[in-house]
Amino acid sequence: MNRSPLHESHLKLGARMAPFAGWEMPIQYEGIVAEHTAVREGAGMFDISHMGEFHVKGSAAGEFINSLLTNDSSVLSDGEGQYTLMLNEEGGVIDDLILYRIAENEYFLVVNAAKIDEDKKWIEKRVPAGTTFTDLSSNYGALAVQGPKVVEIWEALAPDRVLPKRNGIAEYEDGMVICRTGYTGEDGFELFCAPEEIGGWFEKLLNAGVKACGLGARDTLRLEKCYPLNGADLDPEHTPLEAGLGFFVKLEKTADFPGKSVLKEQKEEGLKQKLVAIAVTGKAPPLRHDYEVKDEEGEQALGTLTSGTISPTLGKGIGMAYLPMEYAKPGSAVNVAIRNRLFPAEVIKKPFV
Amino acid sequence: MNVPDHLRFLDSHEWIDPSDTDAASMGISDHAQAELTDVVYLELPEVGRTVTKGEAFAVIESVKAANDIYAPVSGEVVEVNEALAEAPEPINEDPYGGGWMVKIKIFDPSELDGLMNAESYREHIS
Repeated sequence: MNRSPLHESHLKLGARMAPFAGWEMPIQYEGIVAEHTAVREGAGMFDISHMGEFHVKGSAAGEFINSLLTNDSSVLSDGEGQYTLMLNEEGGVIDDLILYRIAENEYFLVVNAAKIDEDKKWIEKRVPAGTTFTDLSSNYGALAVQGPKVVEIWEALAPDRVLPKRNGIAEYEDGMVICRTGYTGEDGFELFCAPEEIGGWFEKLLNAGVKACGLGARDTLRLEKCYPLNGADLDPEHTPLEAGLGFFVKLEKTADFPGKSVLKEQKEEGLKQKLVAIAVTGKAPPLRHDYEVKDEEGEQALGTLTSGTISPTLGKGIGMAYLPMEYAKPGSAVNVAIRNRLFPAEVIKKPFV
Repeated sequence: MNVPDHLRFLDSHEWIDPSDTDAASMGISDHAQAELTDVVYLELPEVGRTVTKGEAFAVIESVKAANDIYAPVSGEVVEVNEALAEAPEPINEDPYGGGWMVKIKIFDPSELDGLMNAESYREHIS
């Protein structure tokens, strides 16, 4: 099991630790609701040292990246980033990631922890001559600092390190990298620095009033915003069109990428299923991954929840599931089976919050 | 952690009050509520249901996960704390008071002897 460079800090704060993607990570400190609220209303931070960072550079890097990923990387200027996906030849999702252009023919990629090895193999097999791919994952400790107050806190804490604009990236003299992005739906940034320096920043942010938050709150925060989690809501069996991520798939760009022809075909033929947001309509237990979704009469099985929780903001069960297109419209009535009982629920327009 | 002297405990962290075997209150311990944090949902059995010692007969859910609650003794459920179904906060705030979940008419009071006393339970969670 891998350990974060912040492991000791987590234990000192009394974090509940659990395995995640081969890492021993904090699930919660004080409690998921308190941590969730801190991020929605103030400032919170998550250890994301487990996430992967790649560097791609060389004369053909720009062309290569655009033929590897679904979004159109040719629109990026230096210092800009975009959400994008890497697909298999069948159009299924290998990974969703954020791509940043550092300079012409130089890119920084932030990928999911559980997919580092698979991504790496996929990319290395395709990287052209004159372009180098480097896995920097073990070179960085990382924190996601999120919430409406974090920009103000950061500007007071490190006035010399000017934050990049939304979705942008900035590198500082000592090698620290900051990306203005996140996974909570709030303003904020992700900070990457040498593993031996991350503890110092964690301490400084904590003292400045940023609450330490675990993966439990990270999950409730992202699910309220309907941000997909790879391995749960995204997988090699589903395309990004089915996942409702068509905006990040540029089928009209000239560059070819794995899965493009399958996606074009799927778009022409029309989707058969779609990842929808579901909320219970009455009093019901929290929704959970793998619960079965049934039709309004409770007879026909329509799909299973790929994610589920209770929304701390709304106080009710929310989740996502791939459902047949005839149920994808907001307002569609369904049921969720929980411990052999049916609870009425409905399809909601994304996001929940 | 608060472990009242007069209660009996299961190793799965339920408590039961042995003083009234016709209507013995039970709930989960202070330690259990602290481990669960934010209790958001409680599913209780109906009054009149017969439960068997060790049977999972209720479900408690935190934001993160659902957990079973086990019957400390065999008996009949004679009262349930309906208020918790609407607002489960007392389970976190007052686990031995307002956080009581059900009252059980115990079929065989000698089953209580097989449960942990406060001292053993303190050791169990230390």
